[in-house]
Amino acid sequence: MEYKATRDGYGDALVELGKIDEKVVVLDADLSGSTKSAKFNKSFSNRFFNMGIAEANMAGVAAGMALCGLKPYASSFAVFITGRAFEIVRQSIGYQNLHVVLCGSHSGISVGEDGGSHQAIADIAVMRALPNMKVIVPADYNETVLAVKATLNMDGPVYIRTSRAKSPVFIEKSKFELGRFDLLKNGNDAVIFACGMMSYIALEVSELLEKDGKHIAVVNASSIKPIDEELTLRLAKQTGRVFTVEEHSVIGGLGGAICEFLAGNYPVRVERIGLNDVFGQSGTKEDLFCSYGFTKEAIAERILKGLNG
Amino acid sequence: MGDFKELERIAKDIRKDILIMLNKAKSGHSGGSLSIVDILVALYFGGIMNYDPKNPSWEDRDRLVLSKGHACPALYATLARAGFFERKLLWSLRRLGSPLQGHPDANKLNGIDASTGSLGNGITQAVGMALAAKVLKKRYKVFCIMGDGELQEGVVWEAFMAAAHYKLSNLIVIVDYNGLQIDGAVTNVMNINPLKDKLEAFGFKTHEIGGHVYKNLIDTLITAKRNVISPTAIIARTVKGYGVSFMANRVEYHGIPPTDDELEKALKELDNGV
Repeated sequence: MEYKATRDGYGDALVELGKIDEKVVVLDADLSGSTKSAKFNKSFSNRFFNMGIAEANMAGVAAGMALCGLKPYASSFAVFITGRAFEIVRQSIGYQNLHVVLCGSHSGISVGEDGGSHQAIADIAVMRALPNMKVIVPADYNETVLAVKATLNMDGPVYIRTSRAKSPVFIEKSKFELGRFDLLKNGNDAVIFACGMMSYIALEVSELLEKDGKHIAVVNASSIKPIDEELTLRLAKQTGRVFTVEEHSVIGGLGGAICEFLAGNYPVRVERIGLNDVFGQSGTKEDLFCSYGFTKEAIAERILKGLNG
Repeated sequence: MGDFKELERIAKDIRKDILIMLNKAKSGHSGGSLSIVDILVALYFGGIMNYDPKNPSWEDRDRLVLSKGHACPALYATLARAGFFERKLLWSLRRLGSPLQGHPDANKLNGIDASTGSLGNGITQAVGMALAAKVLKKRYKVFCIMGDGELQEGVVWEAFMAAAHYKLSNLIVIVDYNGLQIDGAVTNVMNINPLKDKLEAFGFKTHEIGGHVYKNLIDTLITAKRNVISPTAIIARTVKGYGVSFMANRVEYHGIPPTDDELEKALKELDNGV
């Protein structure tokens, strides 16, 4: 199994986009080595703009560039680009419905030792709440490349969430489609909707539960806004039992999106697995995953308890 | 140069339109709209800006970003005079469905180059537009009108820093220095002085002028357009509520429209040139 970080997929895809379209420009806020936008700077330094440690201004500058016909990609840590810059993202990018792609890297608790101050755990929630904003959380390196390339021809603003930690590369599709989930594995006892690096872990969870005679469907729900309503409805009806798994607060993220949709269309029991309305803390990724219940064993146990309870 | 009678006449008509618009809307910002009229008239009618009202999204046009978006009645009235849309549209200001939103919306009205209103956001976009000209190898200029109180927003200084760093000589910032903000005098609420020193320290070529004097405005704007070294800042000393005696320098008129009686009195004053 190959391991790569989704942030590398972002950097590599930017270089490809730079070759395809001269209107692509890339901005970063002094974290280009970490977000991997530095790869674009190496190939197209005349279209790369380091805006310094000033995320809010970076968002506004990207908006101004989009107003003049450029296609800006702006990146920083997820916690800053959706937090510090939020007001300008709202007013200048979201409200104007400008085609600006924002990439938040170092999301979730898997960023590890820097601790709770640097772990984005509500970024999906705040971006999802903005009209016009699309939200994508790719499952692995391959899907990140496909998703970033797909954003070139999307209208309006997009938020892409990437991770620092390496995770298994397992997605084998040829394109990314907004509003489409991927059914990774079928099953009738329950369905797990997962995103980011939790998608692969959800597959492992499903395999573990096979031993207990439970057949769990697994969905890679990388297009969080818009969600895939058709597949969500079909699997909710098929299994009657829904679980969501994400490296994010249980409030307002993927689980929130699935609940909002199902509550109005096919009310069924949904259990959201994520950060239970708490901030993270310092630690290795492995220790944090153990401590907050993100390991395959912990998730399998919760699902089994849920199904039997 | 020297005879600016025509510009003064246009400015008077625009001030009258602003007051009528606000009175009809029964809401909106009087003081800060009246203080920027002469700046807008110099830009649009003084031969400074390149624009084509028949082709409002012409890509080589000069851009205007009204970072102090609450003063949009002045911009709307100016754009109508310049031929971007029919003057009668002005009377729909702030009404449901109107393209004349309470703060400028670029997606709804021709001639608006950026949606603004949340203070500090306009200048960041103006920096992006000026930077885009470099990438696209365009010669257009970006003019950004800011309020003096607005400079209290921290992001403004991030934007100024970036403008100087990228040597955006195509960016011309005009500060409407009327000295008043909602809660009182700028110097009392949160002092921004010494402003000229600060702007110069941030890398701007800075001019301080009277903001209601056409010769000053036009000479300085021409100088700014010729600057190829650095961004330019023009501190235009203005009077909030300029042109209407009972509104002038009165902080109460920041966000208040004229009543019917006040409108009548104000229009009379403008006609008689008090």
